[in-house]
Amino acid sequence: MKLYELTAHELHDKLVNKELSSVELTNALYARIDEVEAKVNAYVTLDKENALLQAAKVDAKIAAGEKLPVLAGIPGGIKDNISTLGLRTTCSSKMLSNFIPVYDAHVIEKLRADETIFLGKTNMDEFAMGSATTSSYFGATHNPWNLDCVPGGSSGGSAAAIAAGEAIWTLGSDTGGSIRQPASYNGCVGIKPTYGRVSRYGCVAFASSLDQIGPITKDVTDAAIVLNTICGKDEHDATSLNVEVPDFTKALVQDVKGLRIGLPKEYFGEGIDPKVKAEIEKAVKKYQELGAEIVEISLPHTEYAVVTYYIIAPAEASANLARFDGVRYGYRNMEAKSAPEMVTMSRTEGFGAEVRRRIMLGTYVLSSGYYDAYYNKAMQIRTLIRRDFEEAFQKCDVILTPTSPVVAYPIDGKMDPLQIYMLDVTTIPVNMAGLPGISIPCGFVDGMPVGMQLIGKILDEETILRAAYTFEQATEYHKVFAPLGGNNND
Amino acid sequence: MKVSAEEVKHIAQLSRLTVPETEMQIFTEQFNQILSYADIMQKVDTTGIEPTPYVLPITNAFREDIAKPGVSHEAALSNAPAVENDGFKVPRVLE
Repeated sequence: MKLYELTAHELHDKLVNKELSSVELTNALYARIDEVEAKVNAYVTLDKENALLQAAKVDAKIAAGEKLPVLAGIPGGIKDNISTLGLRTTCSSKMLSNFIPVYDAHVIEKLRADETIFLGKTNMDEFAMGSATTSSYFGATHNPWNLDCVPGGSSGGSAAAIAAGEAIWTLGSDTGGSIRQPASYNGCVGIKPTYGRVSRYGCVAFASSLDQIGPITKDVTDAAIVLNTICGKDEHDATSLNVEVPDFTKALVQDVKGLRIGLPKEYFGEGIDPKVKAEIEKAVKKYQELGAEIVEISLPHTEYAVVTYYIIAPAEASANLARFDGVRYGYRNMEAKSAPEMVTMSRTEGFGAEVRRRIMLGTYVLSSGYYDAYYNKAMQIRTLIRRDFEEAFQKCDVILTPTSPVVAYPIDGKMDPLQIYMLDVTTIPVNMAGLPGISIPCGFVDGMPVGMQLIGKILDEETILRAAYTFEQATEYHKVFAPLGGNNND
Repeated sequence: MKVSAEEVKHIAQLSRLTVPETEMQIFTEQFNQILSYADIMQKVDTTGIEPTPYVLPITNAFREDIAKPGVSHEAALSNAPAVENDGFKVPRVLE
């Protein structure tokens, strides 16, 4: 086993037993990055010097016999929309290509307190708007399972880095599936916590009522470990919940006997690749063997989730991205003759096509005369989507679905924006209702990983972690390593 | 067509963006494709349904009003494209 193939909890034991130093481990990760990064392009920025300084500090503490948190000295990667003090944070946009944050995101403060190692910032769709990591100003990320395919998105760099062995753990953000879908396409574990579990302070806002930060890891145990660190109330985020954070590793129990798993029929109909469906059905059988009870449920407003999302998210984005005016930070057109011209030219040149499209769509649906027909209507349907889940959870404890209707598709596949948006139908409803959702590997189709999504009740991450852990321990999918096959034709 | 190229130009102006002439046709088509799709929302009867702007019942979040150090002047200006006399410099606003 190569060091980069191990999990955080395995490596923690090696550090504590002094079989390995954090400096050795960190160097091994950078060596792996040097080896594969030209093919994968998972990172926007690397921070080797500081990472090694931090690793040396951890090694000194271990030598002195200090007891350290599990993530101490374990190298991870941070999605490039999460603010890191002094380390460039670009949102994979020309707009922020030179931006150096002057403060840490809340999650970064917490991870620093755990003395973890930040290898660098991972690539993403520009401003997290996309599901393929092809809209990055710094070039597309390639899927380590087949370099000709997309890694999913928008946290494609964070997921590809895990699959390629370029990080032990990473953070992503999830507005409509941006953690779970790339985790699924890369054979990783990814969890979107309940809305409000994790502070959004320092996560560059896209759609504030939907955004949530979460981990992408190699196994469920590591996901629980990272969650333990990043969850909790933060006064800088008014939507962060003042609730007790359980020790999520305590939920890692192999037991689904009597657990009621709901299968929403709307997620298994038209649009799902039959081969993906077959893998999910195999997973359902596995749960039955393990003692779970399978119940059919209905989430009748599922077909409206995508359209509702593509009204609400752009509306919120158009307001959030108004701050990029070329005045205080970000790209500026230096030729403009007046301030208003400077703002328009800077935004037009600083944002890519998808970001401009969504800002304009959001502006339109919020504009006078259209607000009720689009934005308010979408928020009303959001209420119905929420109620669907509330009713479904009367009959079951967790809901099981495919994470995506397809596996990772070719990078140069010709799809129009609407076709790509439709693929988000399995993940979007979870954000709309603020629920926790996890994606775990559950099979392969033509050599590409398939992900299964488990959706929990509000603040019930523990049940989905338990169900995910039980499946994982009974299967081998999470142990298969990406082959880095195919070509990167960039 | 729900919106014309003229309207797209107006929306762009409201968004403080411009759509290059070369992209106008495809942009307008894609915009309309998305808006036409949004018509399926009209199939849903939402009479009397409260909108959900946020999923959690959060109202005001209060904390003690205690002075704390904030971002320094120097840090606040550190990412500015142009600075003069300790302030953000921009082109002329008024003629």
